[in-house]
Amino acid sequence: MDLFEYQARDIFEKHGVPVLGGVVATTPEEARAGAEKLGGGTVVVKAQVKVGGRGKAGGVKLAHSVDEAQEKASEILGMDIKGHTVHRVMIAQGAKIAEEYYFSVLLDRANRTYLAMASVEGGVEIEQLAVERPEALARVAVDPIVGIDAAKATEIVEAAGFAADVKDQVAETIQKLWTVYSEEDATLVEVNPLVKTEDGRIVALDGKVTLDENAGFRHAEHAELEDASATDPLEAKAKENDLNYVKLDGEVGIIGNGAGLVMSTLDVVAYAGEAHGGVKPANFLDIGGGASAAVMAAGLDVILGDEQVKSVFVNVFGGITACDAVANGIVQALEILGDEANKPLVVRLDGNNVEEGRRILAEANHPLVTLAETMDGGADAAAAAANA
Amino acid sequence: MAIFINEDSKVIVQGMTGSEGQKHTTRMLASGTNVVGGVNPRKAGTSVTFEQGDVPVFGSVADAIATTGANVSVIFVPPAFTKAAVVEAIEAGMPLVVIITEGVPVADSAEFFALAQAKGVRLVGPNCPGIISPGKSNVGIIPADITGPGKIGLVSKSGTLTYQMMYELKDFGFSTAVGIGGDPVIGTTHIDALAAFEADPDTEAIVMIGEIGGDAEERAAAYIKENVTKPVVGYVAGFTAPEGKTMGHAGAIVSGSSGTAQAKKEALEAAGVKVGKTPSATAELMREILS
Repeated sequence: MDLFEYQARDIFEKHGVPVLGGVVATTPEEARAGAEKLGGGTVVVKAQVKVGGRGKAGGVKLAHSVDEAQEKASEILGMDIKGHTVHRVMIAQGAKIAEEYYFSVLLDRANRTYLAMASVEGGVEIEQLAVERPEALARVAVDPIVGIDAAKATEIVEAAGFAADVKDQVAETIQKLWTVYSEEDATLVEVNPLVKTEDGRIVALDGKVTLDENAGFRHAEHAELEDASATDPLEAKAKENDLNYVKLDGEVGIIGNGAGLVMSTLDVVAYAGEAHGGVKPANFLDIGGGASAAVMAAGLDVILGDEQVKSVFVNVFGGITACDAVANGIVQALEILGDEANKPLVVRLDGNNVEEGRRILAEANHPLVTLAETMDGGADAAAAAANA
Repeated sequence: MAIFINEDSKVIVQGMTGSEGQKHTTRMLASGTNVVGGVNPRKAGTSVTFEQGDVPVFGSVADAIATTGANVSVIFVPPAFTKAAVVEAIEAGMPLVVIITEGVPVADSAEFFALAQAKGVRLVGPNCPGIISPGKSNVGIIPADITGPGKIGLVSKSGTLTYQMMYELKDFGFSTAVGIGGDPVIGTTHIDALAAFEADPDTEAIVMIGEIGGDAEERAAAYIKENVTKPVVGYVAGFTAPEGKTMGHAGAIVSGSSGTAQAKKEALEAAGVKVGKTPSATAELMREILS
């Protein structure tokens, strides 16, 4: 889960990382109140969107008074930045910046460890810096068991070439950012820019944090950080039912078991769709190991609630899941949904107890259900039905 | 021979007394796996009755090894307890630990992987279906009745795609199928399995199944080019996955332009691997090689 800047700021503050005052606002009036709360001086009004390049897009503006803060907030709220609508701004205390640096620590999948990156040339697009001047970006591996202790922080600071006057302060800040990373179960903590102010203080001016959703069981408070307004309504409904669902732009609804098989089903449907008016898969939905009637009904309910959907392809390979249970699930789900089930359903079953599963579906003889012999054949039939 | 597990594998189940553990121990025993014990400190000294006989429960992995000579542990405990279970197995000197559990925090995986590296322990998973050497041993949740022993080696990030591919090639059979798991940090990689299959005299050809996220497939492609002489066919899932969305597996995400199925396919093809457009087309490529 990616956090907004203001959420990252709050988490930084909680762990003692030096930050400036910041107040989140969803209306110009709240922005004014925020500016007042910060003392009424110069503030920065910053669009809160989970996408880079907001400064260039006009989403970050300086305001010298509370009136101006309100005015700038009303300009920024509602803006569209690369497809993200701005629903919130952060009113941040102004700072006199002397120098800008960069720091991040993240999961290094390839080496199955963590990687710290630091540069004394911050404030720029770091991907660009990494390509154009790789020597300016220090990369230091971090042992997951030891983490960033004082020695590792010193190593990072020296590798990046921080000047003597800020070295110790930066090393201390890096250790605190590591605390954020490890104690919050983050997979990314990035500060760009990390700044030296004119009076010589080190401050994290902008932060990006990604949290590991698998670690949610030890961070109940992380649930509140989720941005409910940005979630697709169908995705929200699926989540309420514990379904692993991703909304896509297409006409063929997909239900399958196992993440890999479902991803593969989307691809196979997209290929089949090329011969049927270019129809595409409408969603990813993995019903996992247990395909009970309730799970199947909840899944079908979500998919049929997608107005774009014209047909549904159920593709199950019974490993642990028995195909007779899936077949019973489909039959009962169609009973539960009644008239709401109104799109053709192509079902392909293989594996554990497949004969019985096919027999159940054949016997039920539901007018909407067609049985397919193979995954490719099922994808083709479902794509054809969506293009009918 | 097969890889990682064979008829000499003595398996213990961490979490055997739980409902998932019990269910899958039943299946492992039914497929002929030599399950020699379970571990649960609160139930040490008891046993669990299965159709094939009673399986003793030990208080620790160390006790289980000392009494039974176990050389494989399979873990079916919930995510919150997985790290402790894996660390216990590593420290007890278990040479192979298979972690089935889905939903393990990546920080826990990174930590126990670092420990396993230091102690020379092979981990498989987490978030994986396990390993099967058909007719010899079955550690995890892969159905044993899809196909029997044969000459194909299979390595895959996905469980159900493993089953699908075994089914497509059921008339040939498999030396070993390894499900390495769909998490961002996993123990055994495609490369590790490819190296083992290359060295295994029972394996004639290899199927490698990948999916979006990370660059494990690209690195495997480079490895194949330099080190693998046996024929390899590949399949990659997730061409239609949108950027920035996790597709079921925690590790299955395209970030910016990295981790795409297209890049993986191109890397594999550049290494001389034939890549199928669909699972059945991939199986067809393997049929051509073996017939």
